[in-house]
Amino acid sequence: MTYPPTPTPVAELRGVRKDYGSVRALRGVDLQVRAGEVFALLGPNGAGKTTSVGLLLGLLRPTAGEVRLFGGDPRSTEAKVRVGAMLQISGVPATLRVREHLELFASYYPAPLPVARALELADLTEVAERPYGHLSGGQKQRLHFALALIGDPDLLFLDEPTTGLDVAARRAFWQQVRDFIGSGRTVVLTTHYLEEADALADRIAVIDHGTVIAEGTPAEIKERTAGRRIHAVTRLEPELVRALPGVVSVERNGAALDLLARRAEPVVQELLQRDPSLSDLEVGGAGLEDAFLALTGGSR
Amino acid sequence: MTTDTVRSASAAASPARRDLLRLFALETKYEFLKLWRLRAFSISTLVFPVMFYLIFGSSFGRFTSQGLSVAAYLMVTYAAVGVINAAVFAFGAGVAAERGQGWMMLKRVSPMPPSAYFTAKTLMAVMFSALVLLALTVTAFLLQGVHLALETWIALLGTLAAGVLPFAALGLAFGYALGPNSAPAVLNLVNLPMTFVSGLYIPITQLPPFVQHLAPFLPAYHFGQLALAAIGARPIGSVAGHLLVLAGFTAAFLVAATVAYRRDEGRTYG
Repeated sequence: MTYPPTPTPVAELRGVRKDYGSVRALRGVDLQVRAGEVFALLGPNGAGKTTSVGLLLGLLRPTAGEVRLFGGDPRSTEAKVRVGAMLQISGVPATLRVREHLELFASYYPAPLPVARALELADLTEVAERPYGHLSGGQKQRLHFALALIGDPDLLFLDEPTTGLDVAARRAFWQQVRDFIGSGRTVVLTTHYLEEADALADRIAVIDHGTVIAEGTPAEIKERTAGRRIHAVTRLEPELVRALPGVVSVERNGAALDLLARRAEPVVQELLQRDPSLSDLEVGGAGLEDAFLALTGGSR
Repeated sequence: MTTDTVRSASAAASPARRDLLRLFALETKYEFLKLWRLRAFSISTLVFPVMFYLIFGSSFGRFTSQGLSVAAYLMVTYAAVGVINAAVFAFGAGVAAERGQGWMMLKRVSPMPPSAYFTAKTLMAVMFSALVLLALTVTAFLLQGVHLALETWIALLGTLAAGVLPFAALGLAFGYALGPNSAPAVLNLVNLPMTFVSGLYIPITQLPPFVQHLAPFLPAYHFGQLALAAIGARPIGSVAGHLLVLAGFTAAFLVAATVAYRRDEGRTYG
């Protein structure tokens, strides 16, 4: 009897540590990206997302641990011809036109997409003859995307691709990504928007302070991060409130308390019972920062 | 999804080849167009030398230096200035700017062979050298009646083109050591005094003695002397000596560039 071979992960960090001088950017990270999945690295700024991508792309060397791309060295040409990357860059030469940039990058790959196809996928056909310096911010971002996909990559890196875009442009970009990846293409996405990871990813790893603190499907992650923020003017002591079941963290701001709870209703009920004079009650969804608090159990 | 439908498997089965000749040609073409369209670069490289020639060539034209008419001398040295500017700015300011933008990072991630990037910049500087020599040859002929035999002209072009190398190395060292905003200013501060002291703006023999003593410490002086020797100037020092010194400068600049590159490697990506 034969077993199917265990598929090699497309991209892998094994026990990776990365220091910049005395700064620990990654403290022992294990990640496996499987073929055909959209994998999101979610975390706040400075969490180690971009460092992880830099390691996987061979731009950085790990201080300790092992980095593999397609089972080999990320710096090899064999790996590079199968990868496309949209990185956080401020620009490409301003005097070259959109079509020229794409024609040049296409020549680096053995089986690139036709330039016309890349223009179409990134919605750039109408500005193909425009110099990069004359593009709008959104059009520039779309050219960076087109440069990532011109090589027809098996593995696509998107490093915070929608930072600085408005909501409509962000949604449009997600649609372009979905159109391009189709089936079988692997994507590594980094973002600090939970909504973005949710919209695109099959699997999410939450990273904070250089450590992976949670991993799972978007539904699993959302479940664990579905905290509520409660604000109220009350005479109750923070210590007492912190001890209530379901409360993650409490902070006093003047006469008011700001607290984070897993579910709002039982906590609000408890608060009103103990302090009938409570006023200015507000309940809202928790942001990503709050979600991290919930995930780490408020240990920060 | 099952693994056999995954693209990675099928892509590996049919290894397409990329056309390396086309890759290098496109890299060179767009390196040239990128800078040709940048007026600050094409004007300072092509127009300024001709402008200086119009001013100084006509005022000193009847004197001689190192056995050449100053009209011929300055045609050669202003072409050398154009070559130095093209090489130093393409490599120095170019590398600094492209590092700052992140274009360099995108290229390092792509499967572009690093040699394509440097070859393209070198060939671009050689093309600008040919253009600046052509422009000065026409100007010198029309204004001062300077004319060279074809084989002399070709020898001069070859010398000028080879001169791209040491100044490309100099530019590279500064390009990796400097930030994108400071690079152009610092390079101007280095280039102008260096070319002036080396006798490229005013014939070296007309410069004060202490400047003449300073010149041999600068690569531009040796480059200027080689270019002048190519059209039959009475040489100061031997051709072999100038070549040796330039080779030394090139090696030193490349070492400095490598050190700056290593130091920079971990920083531009944080």
